[in-house]
Amino acid sequence: MSAALAFDLLLAAGLLWSAWQSLSSARLDRAILLFITFGLLLTLAWARLSAPDIGLAEAAIGAGLTGALLLDAYRALKQGSDAQVNR
Amino acid sequence: MKKIAIQLAALVFALVLGSAMLDLDPAPVDLRPAVAAHLEASGVAHPVTAVLLNYRGYDTLLEVAVLLLALFAILAVIPDSQTGRPTPAAPVLQTLARLAVPLMLVTATFLLWAGAFRPGGAFQAGSVLAAALVLLHLTGLLAGWPQPGARLRWGLAAGFLVFLAVAAALLLQGHLLQYPPAWAGLLILCIEFALTLSLGLLLAGLFLFLSRDTEGAP
Repeated sequence: MSAALAFDLLLAAGLLWSAWQSLSSARLDRAILLFITFGLLLTLAWARLSAPDIGLAEAAIGAGLTGALLLDAYRALKQGSDAQVNR
Repeated sequence: MKKIAIQLAALVFALVLGSAMLDLDPAPVDLRPAVAAHLEASGVAHPVTAVLLNYRGYDTLLEVAVLLLALFAILAVIPDSQTGRPTPAAPVLQTLARLAVPLMLVTATFLLWAGAFRPGGAFQAGSVLAAALVLLHLTGLLAGWPQPGARLRWGLAAGFLVFLAVAAALLLQGHLLQYPPAWAGLLILCIEFALTLSLGLLLAGLFLFLSRDTEGAP
């Protein structure tokens, strides 16, 4: 088994694992971080498929901007529920 | 019992889906030789950019229109409230953001320029630009945007308008977005430049128009 094949298998396993963990995680913050991890692994997968253009777009939009949006939404949700508890 | 049946059905569906993917015939038309053969006339040296902005330019034109529409929809539904200055982040984070943003601007410019002959281009450059704006906002250096003023509106629409203007001008010559080979490189660079600016503002707008940091505001 060559090193490239081992890396690809590891990458595929990591993709499936992070996707499943992100969907099944009970904690929202953990799910969001795993979603970002999934995006970054997907970037590597696109690079391995020699499609660096899509990899760049995935890293910037998929992992970066979407991740930031989700984290911001999480913060807003948390602030909202904190305010309700305090009321 | 019901749970097992559902899991079994899902497993069978996954297997069928997987076997269908493996069964796919190779693409009946191989477009790669055609792309390579006309690369000379496309005005750029990178096949992906040639496809996106020359051979299938109208796809990209409509894509930008869709993004602009999405932002219009957001602007239409958000409440018209004042945004206060966001809470500043820790000084270390702020300093880091101040150091990173100029580098990100350089990276965006490089990606825009590199699009002509290697992976890169307007979308990637625009998203780096947007990420810089989001970073500034998250560290408290840039307030969330209220309803956009005239300058911001022009900035948001610039990419689409420039693209549309080029398309309309070329339509007069006969065909939609068929660049004359001598001008193709320059036209594509102009379009990509405007697109980068607009996409950066559009993508950042998805973040900054929705952001409601009311701390410190009445």
